[in-house]
Amino acid sequence: MYVSVKGGETAIGHAHAWLAEARRGDPALPELTVAQIEEQLALAVDRVMAEGACADRGLAALALKQARGDSTEAAFLLRAYRTTLPRFGYTLPVDTGAMAIQRRISSTYKDLPGGQVLGPTFDYTHRLLDFALAAEGLDPPPPAEAEQGAQRMPQVTEILAQEGLMAPDAPSNAEPPDLTREPLAFPANRALRLQAMARGDEGFLLSLGYSTQRGYGNAHPFVGEIRMGEVSVEIEPPELGFAIDIGDMVVTECQMVNQFVGNAEAPPQFTRGYGLVVGQNERKAMAMALVDRALRAPELGEEATAPAQSPEFVLYHCDNVESTGFVEHLKLPHYVDFQSELEKIRAIRARWFAERTE
Amino acid sequence: MAILARAGADALRAHLAGLPALPPHTRLRGPEIGLVMLRGRMGGDGAPFNLSEATATRCTVEMEGRMGHATVLGRDLAQAELAAAIDAALQSPALRGPLLDHVIEPLAEAQAEARDRTARRAEATRVQFFTMATMR
Repeated sequence: MYVSVKGGETAIGHAHAWLAEARRGDPALPELTVAQIEEQLALAVDRVMAEGACADRGLAALALKQARGDSTEAAFLLRAYRTTLPRFGYTLPVDTGAMAIQRRISSTYKDLPGGQVLGPTFDYTHRLLDFALAAEGLDPPPPAEAEQGAQRMPQVTEILAQEGLMAPDAPSNAEPPDLTREPLAFPANRALRLQAMARGDEGFLLSLGYSTQRGYGNAHPFVGEIRMGEVSVEIEPPELGFAIDIGDMVVTECQMVNQFVGNAEAPPQFTRGYGLVVGQNERKAMAMALVDRALRAPELGEEATAPAQSPEFVLYHCDNVESTGFVEHLKLPHYVDFQSELEKIRAIRARWFAERTE
Repeated sequence: MAILARAGADALRAHLAGLPALPPHTRLRGPEIGLVMLRGRMGGDGAPFNLSEATATRCTVEMEGRMGHATVLGRDLAQAELAAAIDAALQSPALRGPLLDHVIEPLAEAQAEARDRTARRAEATRVQFFTMATMR
């Protein structure tokens, strides 16, 4: 337990002034603008926006600048900022099937309707450092454009569902729980788990997802589909009574297709793990889909033995703002606590030495 | 509304510049910045879940007895107010035609062109994979 202390204002003021100078770096170099961060460090911005659970690229870029590029600190800043804003309401669920596709791939079907569209990807690059980027003023050539735009692309799960090979996600309009309104409670239903993971730490989910592939949870997944692009966002303001379109949002979606199950009621079929993240973040969407499927173990009659299958383990630890809060609180003054520990250990040691000299 | 939501304040002002000034309006609410909670569906087509909050700006105005309302993603206060004013003006029979011709139509075209360019770029990255010998 920590105690409150007083004083130190001058030192704190000096530390923050030094922080501001360190943030700025060498003044002989031009200062980064928030717009430059938003445009040129786009994936860092998207990560902060997802983990900060506040989709606004401009704010995420500002947070990254203020946090000197520390993405967890930046997510924390966004979470703090969002508490200052009123909530207008909930949007209608976005229709990812109607996405304006920038990227869409499947590892289950080579020739799927709509085709495989790579989009702006790191895949198939050679991962060799490109020193041309260290030289400034070299504008890349414009990307190629086809005569005709990409057409509507049905979701792969739709294709499998038509054959009855995919366990459907029951269509429903049940009101989902909201983590930002009610604290996390268990048992956590799938809607709550997905919300927690969508704002969860990418690295944590990546490791857990990886653990399911390595045998901690017995997953045999295929990427049914990954898609990234803009979806339109609609709300239904009470004063209007009908839905209005309020703009576009880039999201990344991953459908993992997993080993079939089968029991007395249901025939053997594939099951899904689902990942959806705001912004462009394929690794996070894939990891989330793996962990979502692992967390469905009890409902699918599987034995839950691995960390990734434990809702308490995953949901209590996936939030990096909470995690960093509790880890970093150890820096706060624990002088009183430690004083009692000191006295206790001195007493125990005295007894230990006394016993040996008798 | 979908078109106004996708046009920044600068674009709206630029298109309004070719028309006589809109009648004055009174702000009834906002423009104010807040949050909407985005929702997705499990598996893309199942039950809804809360995905992430997003910033949004809303504004309600009154113009010559007509109410105009706008909610747009982002934090552009001027965009929300202009969109609400245009929403009110579009309900006036005299203003509707010129606004559709000089503001809504050109913006819709520009937005469709931008969407089409993205779709054509995506299509240019479409691949045909050929299966080789089995690899594990």
